[in-house]
Amino acid sequence: MIYFNNVTKIYNKEDLALDDINLTVTAGEFVSVVGHSGAGKTTLIKMILAEERPTEGTIFFESQNVHKLGSDDLTRLRRRIGVVFQDFKLLPNKTSYENIAFAMEAVGKTNEEIATDVPHVLELVDLSNKTFHFPHQLSGGEKQRLAIARAIINQPELIIADEPTGNLDPINTHDIIQILKKINDLGTTIILTTHNRGVVESIASRVLTMEGGKIIRDDKGGKYVI
Amino acid sequence: MIVLKRMIKSGFLNFSRNGLVSWAAILIVTITLSVITSILLLQAVLSNSLEQIKNKVDVTVYFSVGADEDKIDALKQSIEKLPEVKEVAYISSDEALALFRERHKSDYPTIQALDEIGSNPLGAYLNIKAKEVSQYESIANFLKSDDLSVSGSQSIIDKVNYYQNKSVIDKLQSLTTGAKKLGLLVAIVMMILSVIITFNTIRLTIFISKEEIGVMRLVGASKMRIRGSFMVEGAIYGLIGSVLTLLLFWPITAWLGRKMTLFLGMDLYNYYFSNIFQISLIIILAGVLLGTISSFLATRKYLNR
Repeated sequence: MIYFNNVTKIYNKEDLALDDINLTVTAGEFVSVVGHSGAGKTTLIKMILAEERPTEGTIFFESQNVHKLGSDDLTRLRRRIGVVFQDFKLLPNKTSYENIAFAMEAVGKTNEEIATDVPHVLELVDLSNKTFHFPHQLSGGEKQRLAIARAIINQPELIIADEPTGNLDPINTHDIIQILKKINDLGTTIILTTHNRGVVESIASRVLTMEGGKIIRDDKGGKYVI
Repeated sequence: MIVLKRMIKSGFLNFSRNGLVSWAAILIVTITLSVITSILLLQAVLSNSLEQIKNKVDVTVYFSVGADEDKIDALKQSIEKLPEVKEVAYISSDEALALFRERHKSDYPTIQALDEIGSNPLGAYLNIKAKEVSQYESIANFLKSDDLSVSGSQSIIDKVNYYQNKSVIDKLQSLTTGAKKLGLLVAIVMMILSVIITFNTIRLTIFISKEEIGVMRLVGASKMRIRGSFMVEGAIYGLIGSVLTLLLFWPITAWLGRKMTLFLGMDLYNYYFSNIFQISLIIILAGVLLGTISSFLATRKYLNR
């Protein structure tokens, strides 16, 4: 599904954010990317979303070179990817309902679809009673569940979660991971970055370990080793 | 269609939820539009006073005493045919005498001298008004020249006072064109300044939302969808600002009309309300365009990433 071919990213001279990365992610996988801060995890993810350009190498999403896409095609690509961030990135001026409805409007869903799907997904992430709350009225865990609801509402093929549990306590972390696992079980590919050992071990699937812009381990077994 | 509806809806929602920021932007838009309205009124006052001054200028052709009335009439008709001429008034020698007596009625020695002469010493004259101050010269030239060979009317003209008034007319001419140019220049500079200020204010309100724009892009919203709701928001700023401006100028012109009519040479309150339709159109259009175009330009920066 995703292919990195000899990808290198240089922000400053002699400071390689990514160093000759080769990577294949197949559909349906749950991939955890671990490593210290500055190891290149976030840069790796930004490459897939075409938020950053590689200095060298190419990245393919299925058959499309993501950095060769025009603005419209890029918009279409991003609609196939749901994104969850450490800092949630919710729209502060919109209620829970509107945040999700906006993502549906963006891809051109009808008002009827929105009216039926939004309550359903809010129930899925256990936020039915916070439908008309604004983000600043939600706790960290609730915000992240809302962000996940928004990420999955358009049934994306891939969900990218960049440190989704970074700001959460252990109980909320557990909830979030359970939700992500459930989504993965339903067939959606997930790429997750984290430096929480417990998270990686509870997922128990493929783990990429990064250091200094390189992938130093690629374990199918689900261990956090640094 | 549905996209447009959603853009308008979210434009209104953003507007109402932005609270203080929205009202700050409206305040600036209102100030800008007030400047534009003031310029409109000022231009009206300026052109009105120039018009009044211009009306006081004319050229008078004095005829010799006892000149043939038919010849004068023929000359009057040929002058009226000139494209530059606005109106020609004929004052016969009897009327001239009556006017003279009226003007000097308290000046006893003059009246006495007049009575002493017995006959009417004054000739008839034509009062000529041109459409533009600059056209008096060509009218005066006409009087000096050709036609007059036709009927020999040259002989009946005693004098044309243009040549006495030439320097005054020339001065007035340069004054009116200068005042017009200056007025226009001031208007343009003020408008550019206030448009820049408004543009920057709206840019700041959008700067506050730049993260939001990024999130909307990541969620997969198209550029036009994002931009559209900001443009609707900008249009709302413009609309509310223009309504406030129009309301604001009600008491202002009422006060000016009551206290300053003599000084300004016209009743601005009357002017404002007899032209309210055009003024509203200009102000609302300016406000809405200013809001939407500013939003359009301001979002571009954050959308192109």
